[in-house]
Amino acid sequence: MADAAKPIEPIHQFQISDIFHIGTFGGDGTAGSGVSIAFTNSALFMALTVGAVGLFLIWGSARRAIVPGRMQLMVEMTYEFIANMVRSTSGQAGMRFFPLVAALFMFVLFANLLGMFPYFFTVTSQLIITVLLALIVFFTVIIYGFYKNGPKFLKIFAPSGIPWYAIWLVTPIEVISFLSRPVSHSLRLWGNMLAGHIVLKVFGGMVVAMLGAGAWGLASVLPLGMAVALTGLEFLVAALQAYVFAVLTCVYLNDALHPGH
Amino acid sequence: MEADAAKMIGAGIACLGMGGAGIGVGMIFSNYLAGALRNPAAAASQFSNLIFGFAVTEALGIFSLVIAFLLLYAV
Repeated sequence: MADAAKPIEPIHQFQISDIFHIGTFGGDGTAGSGVSIAFTNSALFMALTVGAVGLFLIWGSARRAIVPGRMQLMVEMTYEFIANMVRSTSGQAGMRFFPLVAALFMFVLFANLLGMFPYFFTVTSQLIITVLLALIVFFTVIIYGFYKNGPKFLKIFAPSGIPWYAIWLVTPIEVISFLSRPVSHSLRLWGNMLAGHIVLKVFGGMVVAMLGAGAWGLASVLPLGMAVALTGLEFLVAALQAYVFAVLTCVYLNDALHPGH
Repeated sequence: MEADAAKMIGAGIACLGMGGAGIGVGMIFSNYLAGALRNPAAAASQFSNLIFGFAVTEALGIFSLVIAFLLLYAV
């Protein structure tokens, strides 16, 4: 890419731009001060994601036929899939949190899959979105854990079967591991979506750069084939990361339901 | 050394961490496969454990990737 006039910016696709500006609050009138409230492309695609999930579920469950059609079957399979995941990871008591897990799973899945369309914005490639989702889970675990178990919830920091002299070593590690959960929970989803989309753009940029390099243009089928293969991999990652996010939610909720391992 | 060059080198060094995560993820899947071939009946019940171990291990690789991105674009 030495003779390319302008290097192709793989990070540009994550730019947040205002669709319409609502207003700037506070600040002293200079550029960049105050809180700017606007309907952004990120907000648009979050709304599209929620709309797509709602359309899928309402369309599929509207008829409620005894012999399900294709759409109804897909919705029923989705329900069974999530319900099995919740039951196997956090037990029958975890079904109390089925709406939370299902909402998170469907939102992340549809946001990831919508992001796979060319020129579409990937909501889950914004750290603020995934941090918010992870913090919802984190505080749900803390609040429900103390609400249901009272002070016994603190037993998650002291695993049973540890001799008394080792507890001083284990408890700080458990506390650190508990506090780093929202960090890893959010960074995993964000990092996967960000890295995947950057890699796609990098290979796309290679195709363009090689096409503009005369006789080397023929070789541009190599990065093109790679980009096609990586697109397939990205669909796998999109579904897998939604599943991982939901499974980890169930695992964390399991701690709130059954503390003390 | 120029600051930009140091940034690039630092990002490259940060990516070494992903190699360790790659080894770890490979070990998880190879051991799952070995166990699943020995006892195929129990394989399906351990799938969520597989994904859990994969996710926890993979997060460490993602951390080093995040450091690389921070060095490249945010510092």
